[in-house]
Amino acid sequence: MATLNIDIEKEQQRVQSELEKQGLRVLVCAGTGCVANGALEVIKKFEEFGVKTGVMSAQDKITIIPTGCHGFCEQGVLVGIPKLKTTYVKVKVEDVEEIVESHIKGGKVVERLLYVDPKTKERIQYDEDINFYKKQTRTALANCGNIDAESLDEALAVHGYEALAKVLIQNDPNAVIDTILKSGLKGRGGAGFPTGLKWKFAAANRGGKSYMICNGDEGDPGAFMDRSVMEGDPHKLLEGMAIAAFAIGADEGYIYVRAEYPLAIKRLRKAIKEAEERNYLGKNIMGSDFSFEIHIKEGAGAFVCGEETALMASIEGERGMPRPKPPFPANKGLFGRPTVINNVETLANVPVIIRKGADWFSSMGTENAKGTKTFALTGEVNNTGLIEVPMGTTLREIIFDIGGGIRNGKKFKAVQIGGPSGGCLTEEHLDVPMDYDNLAKVGAMVGSGGLVVMNEDTCIVEVARFFMNFTQNESCGKCVPCREGTKNLLHILQKIVKGRGTEEDIETLEELSAAIKDGALCALGKTAPNPVLSTLKYFKDEYMAHIRDKKCPAGVCSALKQYTIDETLCKGCTKCARNCPVGAIEGTVKNPHKIDQSKCIKCGACYDACPFKAIKKG
Amino acid sequence: MVEEKSINLTKVDEIINSYEGKKTNLIAILQKVQELYSYLPMEAMTYIGTKMEGLSPATVYGVATFYAQFSLEPKGKYVIKMCDGTACHVRGSMPVYNSVISRFNLKNGKYTTEDGMFSVETVSCLGACGLAPVVVINEQVYPKMTTDAMKVILDDIIKQERE
Repeated sequence: MATLNIDIEKEQQRVQSELEKQGLRVLVCAGTGCVANGALEVIKKFEEFGVKTGVMSAQDKITIIPTGCHGFCEQGVLVGIPKLKTTYVKVKVEDVEEIVESHIKGGKVVERLLYVDPKTKERIQYDEDINFYKKQTRTALANCGNIDAESLDEALAVHGYEALAKVLIQNDPNAVIDTILKSGLKGRGGAGFPTGLKWKFAAANRGGKSYMICNGDEGDPGAFMDRSVMEGDPHKLLEGMAIAAFAIGADEGYIYVRAEYPLAIKRLRKAIKEAEERNYLGKNIMGSDFSFEIHIKEGAGAFVCGEETALMASIEGERGMPRPKPPFPANKGLFGRPTVINNVETLANVPVIIRKGADWFSSMGTENAKGTKTFALTGEVNNTGLIEVPMGTTLREIIFDIGGGIRNGKKFKAVQIGGPSGGCLTEEHLDVPMDYDNLAKVGAMVGSGGLVVMNEDTCIVEVARFFMNFTQNESCGKCVPCREGTKNLLHILQKIVKGRGTEEDIETLEELSAAIKDGALCALGKTAPNPVLSTLKYFKDEYMAHIRDKKCPAGVCSALKQYTIDETLCKGCTKCARNCPVGAIEGTVKNPHKIDQSKCIKCGACYDACPFKAIKKG
Repeated sequence: MVEEKSINLTKVDEIINSYEGKKTNLIAILQKVQELYSYLPMEAMTYIGTKMEGLSPATVYGVATFYAQFSLEPKGKYVIKMCDGTACHVRGSMPVYNSVISRFNLKNGKYTTEDGMFSVETVSCLGACGLAPVVVINEQVYPKMTTDAMKVILDDIIKQERE
């Protein structure tokens, strides 16, 4: 047992009483999504009505809290007033006055700014009652959207650094590792390796210099959970890293963040500075013998750097190319020293496991996958956003309950899970409990947790081409199977979407995929064929339609489709002709127009522009 | 090929020194240099490779060409980044991208307009998937883009520039 010079309980009491002085807390989401929708202007407007001008003095004081991402990006800007049990959605600057005057001062809810349930069309007042939130279990994301991400005090108010204090008082690194092992926590970045085991391997090398790295290079297109944690609750990540560093005996750490996430970088820098100033990080943390400093390394736009050995090469200032394993990072990692690399979400789970215990954590989830998982639910679904559910939740619950079903009443076709390393699943998989093993069985993977929902208008072959184009671009070029293999896979897929595919191509795709999976050096290459293999498995008909019938059933592949104008629907408004970039549409005002097929480049501009749905594709 | 202007190397020196000339900071140094010039001038890269210990111009060039963030040519005043991550792709980022490309008549691997006003590029994911498709012009994020909206935004910028 060790004694600390910061009494975390007293600090929590102090902060609580500070928070009470704030009066009515108005939470305005200031994550990347809501900022794009104008959150900063909304905050400014609120402040005009708030503490500064004293308008509220007759009432209780109000305090405007800019928070991190609340997850419900599509409905942004989100404004939450927990004390009034109200969440407003799609708030614009011009709505602020009404919220203040009518609701905060007058006690009358502004109905028109409440969320409308896509199924029942009911207006719902509080986010806890919205299906999108109601069916979630938020642990890693617990504080995202509920606290001021730029304040250490706010983090302390929600148990921040309590777990770190606990392990420092106990002063037994092995006990920490045992707890994490027992909790069953597995890596949330994709591979699903047991976190405790990783720590144990590195801890075996205690004594010399070692490093703790946080992998925040969230490169999977369609995944943004790590961004949300870094932006919305940076102290939780720092605390998780400090606990891990204590367990493995590291005194220095790095957070590797994508350069595409400027807000996350800014908030992390601020959080590190404040934590160091107040001795929650740095030398002799909280008066203990444990010292730990954290640096931030900005990525420079290379997907492969999410692979742990490539990431270390990048931190060392080199080209981010993977190195063969073994040696594993736990033995020989950054600068040749023992290193542990954990993903952001993994580390965000660590403090709460220490605080509430391994049993609490392992009570959630399935046999082989404990706890919760975040998913970025996007694409053609009504409620897009970031969610967190217990492992083992089915796709049906996620897409149809939380996600509110497919938008515009269209039909569900497939869901792409796990990004460029994952696969496409169909209707028959909607009831599979999602965890590492079950998804692997059906040819997909949890991956980082991107879920892109597709409807009948999505061409699956084109999606496979899209992913192959991505991995081919991002292949670092070090090993032949990935460098040349992905190039050839892409070439074949391009041929097929252009209507020049042959039946032998299918065989070649399968054969080549197997070779890449076997021979590639790192996980990027080994998993690159997954989108091709899973779509071939479940959507062979669609490949065959492109190859045999020279048709794209979804009407996406431009070489295989034709735009025509339905003369009975065309009102002759000329909008299509004005939008056509190549002047392929002819016609006079108020008379039906015609597309000259020899000039048409099939860009779809007319299709998008027509207000009367007179343009048909197929 | 854009003509190389001679550059002021004292500023590059300052950047190198602010990172203590450590080669592990090479990426950060290149990022700062790019911030300064909006691209990585060959002269600056050669200088860094010669000046810093343990590096060669070839190594610096190798690192610069590895990462997508680095540009070896000057970019336009307005950099239009079209997100083509999965969510944006599924919700129609490509028609928007194509409309920009054809508007500026950019083809055959050319991504900057003749007048140096606009550069157009695709990026894999900006993590704003809930707002797909997303376009970022310089620092400004435009959510839920359509070809129509894109036209209006570009018209506005061009009008502003004329004034």
